[in-house]
Amino acid sequence: MNALIGWIDTLVQGVLLGGFYALCAMGLSLAFGVMRLVNIAHGDLIVLASFAGVAVTLATGGGPAVALAIVVPAMAGFGYVLQRWLLNRTLGRDPLAPLLVTFGLSIILQNGLLEAFSADPRSLRAGGLETASFRLAGAITVGWLPLIVLAVAVALTVALDLAFGRTRLGRAFRATSDDRVTAELMGMSHRHVHAMALAGSLGIVAVAGIFLAMRTTVAPSDGPGYLLYAFEAVIIGGMGSFWGTWAGGVILGVVQAIGFRLDPGWGILAGHLACLAALLARPQGLFPRTRTTRP
Amino acid sequence: MSALLATAGLRAFYGDFQALFGIDFEIGEGEVVAIVGANGAGKSTFLNAVCGVLPAERRHVLLDGQPIGGLSAHEIAARGVAMVPEGRRLFASLTLEENLLAGAYLQRAGRFDLARVYDLFPALRERRRALPQVLSGGEQQMAAIGRALMANPRLLICDEVSLGLAPIVVQSLHQRLAEVARDGLSVIVVEQDVALAQRMSSRLYCFQEGRVSLTGASTALTRAQISRAYFGV
Repeated sequence: MNALIGWIDTLVQGVLLGGFYALCAMGLSLAFGVMRLVNIAHGDLIVLASFAGVAVTLATGGGPAVALAIVVPAMAGFGYVLQRWLLNRTLGRDPLAPLLVTFGLSIILQNGLLEAFSADPRSLRAGGLETASFRLAGAITVGWLPLIVLAVAVALTVALDLAFGRTRLGRAFRATSDDRVTAELMGMSHRHVHAMALAGSLGIVAVAGIFLAMRTTVAPSDGPGYLLYAFEAVIIGGMGSFWGTWAGGVILGVVQAIGFRLDPGWGILAGHLACLAALLARPQGLFPRTRTTRP
Repeated sequence: MSALLATAGLRAFYGDFQALFGIDFEIGEGEVVAIVGANGAGKSTFLNAVCGVLPAERRHVLLDGQPIGGLSAHEIAARGVAMVPEGRRLFASLTLEENLLAGAYLQRAGRFDLARVYDLFPALRERRRALPQVLSGGEQQMAAIGRALMANPRLLICDEVSLGLAPIVVQSLHQRLAEVARDGLSVIVVEQDVALAQRMSSRLYCFQEGRVSLTGASTALTRAQISRAYFGV
C-alpha cells in the first residue's frame, strides 16, 4: 500500500515538474512552428529572463508579479527586434545560418550575464510561496508553486491554441508558415509576422524564466540545460502542435520523476532515454501537426 | 481613360537570365484586359514583377501614376492589387473559410466579405470547414478567387484560372469574374485559351519571348493575327 502511494506521489510530482518543462518548451515550439527557427539560445533567454526578474525585484522592491509585469513585455519587445533585424536575415535556404547565429547569441548571453551578475546563483523571493504546499491525500503533498506553474502552462497552451486557430495574427502565422510568397500577396509581411512570432516566444520565455527563478537558483551557465529539456519536450510531443508540446513536457517530467525514484542518479538520464525512444519509435512526435507543404 | 496600372519598359530577371524585355502595358479603371501567350512567354513573370514577387525598377510600374515597382509584395497588396496565383496556392493548413479570411488580412474596406463571396460561389459555403486538399479543382479555384476578392482590391489579377479544369467549370468561373468586372473592378486575366480570353476582355495583349508581340481591342484582332503573335510563325 505504501509502495503504491509512493508511486502515485512520483507520478504527481512528475506531472508538476512536467508543467515547468512544458512552460520552457512552449516558446521554442511557437518559433519552430511559425518559421522553422531552432533557437539554440532559447535556454539562455530563459536564464536572461530569470536574471532580469531578479534585477527588477531588487530595483523596485516588488515581488514576482512586478517582475512579470515588466519582464514579459520587455522580453517580447526584445524578441521582436531580435527577429526583425537579426534573425530574419538568417532565414533562407541554408538551415545552418540561424543555428550558428543563435549559438553565437547563446555564448554572448552566457558571458554577458556572467559579467553583469557574476557566477553566483540567484533566486527570486516569492514571500513563502516557493515552499508552501498542501496535503492532497494521505502522504501526498503538492507544492503551490509547481501547481501554479502547471496551471499557467495549461492556460498558455489553451491561449496559444485559440490565438492560432481564431485570430487574424494566428491565421497569418499559419499562412506564412505554409507559403511565405502567397502570404505576402495577401499583404502579410513575413518579416513582421516572424518578428511577432519571436515576440510571443520570448514573452512565454519570460514567464518561464521568472518561475524558474522562484522555484530554484539560477546561474548564468544554466541555459543549455533548459534548452535541452525544452527541446526534448518538443521532440516527444511533435513539432508545431502546442498540446503536443504540453504533453511532451509532462511525459518528460513523469519519466524523470520515475528515474529519480529508482535511483537519484538516473532521473535526467531517464528523460534523455525517453526522448531517444520517442525519436526512434515516432520521429514525427506523438501529436504532430501535419504541415508538409513547403515550396 | 486614365490608367489604373501601367508598366513602361518593364524588365525582369531570374538571376542573370532576362525574362522580360521592356513590357509596355496599361489597364484602366473597370477594364478587363487579357494576356495570352505560349508557355514561357513571360506572362507569369510579368504578373510577379507587377505584384512585387520579383524585383522591378521603381519607375517601371505605376499605380495611379505613382511608381510602385520593386516594392514588397505586401506593400503592393496594401495598395489594392490582389492576385489569384497560378496553381491556386491555397494555404494547406487553413480551412477554406480561413483561407478566405486570410485574404482579408489587410482589412481594406469594400464590397466583399464572407457573405458576398459565398453568394458569388454558393458551393464554397457548404465546404467552409474543409481543408483545401480535399476540395475539387473547381472549388479550389473558386476559393482562390474568393480569397483575392476578400482583399477588396482595385485590381484583380488572375493567373491561369482555367488550368486543368473542366470546360463547364471554366465557363461558370468566367461568368462570375465577368459579374465582378461589371461592378467596376479592374481585372487582368492570363489565359491559355485565346478564344475565351478574347470573349471576356475588352483589350488583349499577346506575349512572346518576354515581349509584347501584339496588342489591341479584343474584338478587332483576328485569329490569324493572334496565332502569328502567339507562336511567332
